[in-house]
Amino acid sequence: MISEEQVRHVANLARLGLTDEEVERMGGQLGAILESIEKIQELDLDNVPPTANPLSLTNVFRPDEPKPELDRDEALASAPAPEDDLFSVPRID
Amino acid sequence: MDRTMLDLTAYELARKIEARELSAREAAEAANARIDAVEGDINAFVTTTPEIALERADRVDERLKNGGADGVKLWESVPLVVKDVLSTKGTRTTCGSKILEDFTPVYNATALENFGGDLVMVGKANMDEFAMGSSTENSAYGPTRNPWDLDRVPGGSSGGSAAAVAAGEGWWALGTDTGGSVRQPGAFCGMVGLKPTYGRVSRYGLVAFASSLDQIGPMTRDTRDAALLLQAISGHDPNDSTSAKVEVPDYLSTLEDGISGLRVGVVTELMNAEGVESEVKSITEKMARDLEEAGAEVGEASLPHATYGLPAYYIIAPAELSSNLARFDGVRYGKRAEASGVHEMYRRTREEGFGDEAKRRIMLGTYALSSGYYDAYYAQAQKVRTKIIDDFRSAFRDFDVLISPTCPTAAFELGDKVNDPLAMYANDICAVPASLAGVPAISIPGGLSNGLPVGVQLMSDHFTEPTLLRASYAAEKSSDFRFEMKP
Repeated sequence: MISEEQVRHVANLARLGLTDEEVERMGGQLGAILESIEKIQELDLDNVPPTANPLSLTNVFRPDEPKPELDRDEALASAPAPEDDLFSVPRID
Repeated sequence: MDRTMLDLTAYELARKIEARELSAREAAEAANARIDAVEGDINAFVTTTPEIALERADRVDERLKNGGADGVKLWESVPLVVKDVLSTKGTRTTCGSKILEDFTPVYNATALENFGGDLVMVGKANMDEFAMGSSTENSAYGPTRNPWDLDRVPGGSSGGSAAAVAAGEGWWALGTDTGGSVRQPGAFCGMVGLKPTYGRVSRYGLVAFASSLDQIGPMTRDTRDAALLLQAISGHDPNDSTSAKVEVPDYLSTLEDGISGLRVGVVTELMNAEGVESEVKSITEKMARDLEEAGAEVGEASLPHATYGLPAYYIIAPAELSSNLARFDGVRYGKRAEASGVHEMYRRTREEGFGDEAKRRIMLGTYALSSGYYDAYYAQAQKVRTKIIDDFRSAFRDFDVLISPTCPTAAFELGDKVNDPLAMYANDICAVPASLAGVPAISIPGGLSNGLPVGVQLMSDHFTEPTLLRASYAAEKSSDFRFEMKP
């Protein structure tokens, strides 16, 4: 069980609105999922390196050369509220 | 309706069109008509695109007429079902989510570009929201039903792609697999589902779920079709830095080379994994025996950390997706909820736009990455991943191919698990080890259990798809299961 306070904290980190009913339900469900995940704590992995990419790929470089990209109209085509040549947002609260 | 054309495999249909016995247009018309006839029962698509299919089929026919068969790739004439998580220029792409209800991409996914500019697309297939789920019930566009039994789920998250092919609404489909999302629905719908090696197929234009795991894969009627479709979409792409600079072999040319001396290992930990039904186990054992009779050397293999894969996966995948889904904030694309300030706009947009499972996993991933929990969850899961990769490396010293069930059971009933996340996640237990290790894995039908198809999974080392497909082809030859269009 995750406390209501923790659920609200994590939801805020994720910028995710939740109804009171969702907050309550989420506490129990996340608690149960985390409990099932605890199993990995029983392994002693102190000296094991972590894997982020299964092919052990690290940095991939390309020449720093300009190339054609989406034009402005295309980039703005899907925006819910474009204004002139820009994305617009409500005031910063 | 004349089912003759619909009963062909994609390869057979392609050969007939190449020989001008049929036209691409006739094929597109047949798929469109079949969609009209059965879609009311199945709901395999979020969006159907009958005009696009006809227009592009005409272009393929025109090219066949003008340039002869030489200039047209074999696969191009066969109508394709595309999972709605792949960007299609000019055709809306919802990812099964309300937040992208009206989103129309301005470019195509590389895998689709590789298939060809005249790709005969019949529609965009339904899916669990942002590919999170194992039943296609987490879609904002209603659940898809399994053509084998309309009261059962088709699996997920590529359930629409699987159901469409099983119902003959197309000859083949593209799905995406993060932790079994091509293989499990393939198993539930009696067809082949192939997750290629991580990096084999470009992820550019695939809306990201878990970037270190996601792969696009073929969902087809048999192994030959899977080989042909893999050929069509594979290759390095400068737009995806994780795509591999590894040459693409000719997958069809070695398919029938046989499996004499091939070393096949039955994975003990996955045969005995929690929830694996005895019938599923015996169908898997039968396939191992069939492979032995066909010339393989069969033994027992061990992946000691395999059952730690599921909990590790359910940290890594939500962690990556909570980060990837941050982009849906109502600014550049998708829905926006009205609010007086920007932070309230973010929160309300995401509250209204995401479904239950998406919210659950965003929360889980954010929690696992948050200060104070990062080392215990995310970092530990990444180390488990290293152990699983080591397990595979060691198993592949003794074996060329590993065999296990694809999932613990056959298709379950609609509503059965949708309110119980842990029961739903448990479905992925046999599929996630290959995902975490990035190795290729294929699910092929092994037989029926109570009238429902059961899938068997074969896995092989990175970039050894030719070996995997050769084994799959041999297993298919000795099995008594043949693809059957339903209902």
